[in-house]
Amino acid sequence: MSNEININVLVGEMAEAIQVHCTDRGYDKPLMIGIKRGGAWVAKELHQSLKLSDPLGELNIAFYRDDFSTLGLHPEVSPSNLPYDVSDQHIILVDDVLYTGRTIRAAMNEIFDYGRPASITLAVLIDRCERDLPIQADIIGKTITLNEGEHVKLLGPEPLTLSFTGTEK
Amino acid sequence: MTGNSIQLDKNGNLKHFLSTEGLSQSLLQKILDHAESFASVGERHVKKVPLLRGKTIANLFFEPSTRTRTTFELAAKRLSADILNLNISTSATSKGETLSDTLHTLEAMHCDMFVVRHANSGAAHYIATQVAPHISVINAGDGRHAHPTQAMLDMFTIRRHKKDFTKLKVAIVGDILHSRVARSEIHALNTLGVLETRIIAPHTLIPKGVEELGVHVYHDMDAGLEGVDIVMMLRLQKERMRGALLPSEQEFFQRYGLTSERLAIAKPDAIVMHPGPINRGVEIDSSVADSERSVILQQVSHGIAVRMAIMAMTMGRSADDIGETE
Repeated sequence: MSNEININVLVGEMAEAIQVHCTDRGYDKPLMIGIKRGGAWVAKELHQSLKLSDPLGELNIAFYRDDFSTLGLHPEVSPSNLPYDVSDQHIILVDDVLYTGRTIRAAMNEIFDYGRPASITLAVLIDRCERDLPIQADIIGKTITLNEGEHVKLLGPEPLTLSFTGTEK
Repeated sequence: MTGNSIQLDKNGNLKHFLSTEGLSQSLLQKILDHAESFASVGERHVKKVPLLRGKTIANLFFEPSTRTRTTFELAAKRLSADILNLNISTSATSKGETLSDTLHTLEAMHCDMFVVRHANSGAAHYIATQVAPHISVINAGDGRHAHPTQAMLDMFTIRRHKKDFTKLKVAIVGDILHSRVARSEIHALNTLGVLETRIIAPHTLIPKGVEELGVHVYHDMDAGLEGVDIVMMLRLQKERMRGALLPSEQEFFQRYGLTSERLAIAKPDAIVMHPGPINRGVEIDSSVADSERSVILQQVSHGIAVRMAIMAMTMGRSADDIGETE
């Protein structure tokens, strides 16, 4: 399955869709934020492709996860870095795989602790189409359906590849 | 005195934080790495993360303290925990309640963590042996034994300024005898692999057998400061002085006070640290304490991030780590 997905093509299509999305809504200078680690890799590609003037922000949601009390502190915690004020700004939030929606909830909670953005647009490389929470993406690279116990993970940063586990193939 | 066995759970995670002694280099580095992440929280619009929401932390201070207690309190609040400040010296124990009864009372209030400051060495360790399995204990200073969170915030401050521990020469100056900070620092510096640790003090303020910790002892301050990267001053603990250990504060300052002239003997980029509170004109000259070389106030800010990291690590263990599954 992984061979059928060309990430460069998907990212190119996502960049175009983001461009249209922002133009339609009059988002003049959107700020892009990637969720570490996979989302930040995708965001970096999108950020370059869209030639955004403001630097790319990176979010580490480890302090906002809802599984802290059962799983503990995530071992790879490195700081979030939002090198600007998010208040009243239009945010493009980028993640690699949208699945339960819990990561996005945590990310939005964290963004609001930095300030009150004017809007948040969610762009994801892969949408697994299953949710625990009422969250949806505005920009989707590719929609896939996996069976229970199957997982998809973005490997990177060079090159970006998708790894499928628990699948037959 | 404090082995690994009680500080770590069966999976090697930090359960209690009682001493820097016996903890691995990778664990100490992990504390510093986590602290780096928590430091950025203090620079934000909302200086709070929801990590310990719903947890209750009790500050048990059997001995007075301002900065340690308030930075623990701020750290807990920034992690969204609820915190109780108990000034035990003026409450329960003065009414005759035993320590173990006080602890069980607090357990009955569903506390999840005790931060303990006590005048007796080993007090936090003792409490850690008494509490229920889900409760973590953090030592906020016990007698002359240890003050591990202070040592870790000092290590954090050093790492921010100097990056590589293995190239550093560190001088700890002053009242080593009464200093739990010095002991915890020496263990942490050893574990992190510094090039050399020196202690500089009069004979009467150096504990017996300190050389066994791998430090070099100097009684002459000028010789000891030669070529060091870090000058860690200690407070002259007047309240702990029993017997004539010192001729006078003036003479102490003359021989061991840090002045700008003396600081010039250290490396040109050496930094000056002090755990506070500082006695100006006793162990450190005002002009040095307020100079650009002094990182004393940064130490205070770093104390919040380091304590957040330690609290999150001890509380952030899985149900399996705590041993409450099945």
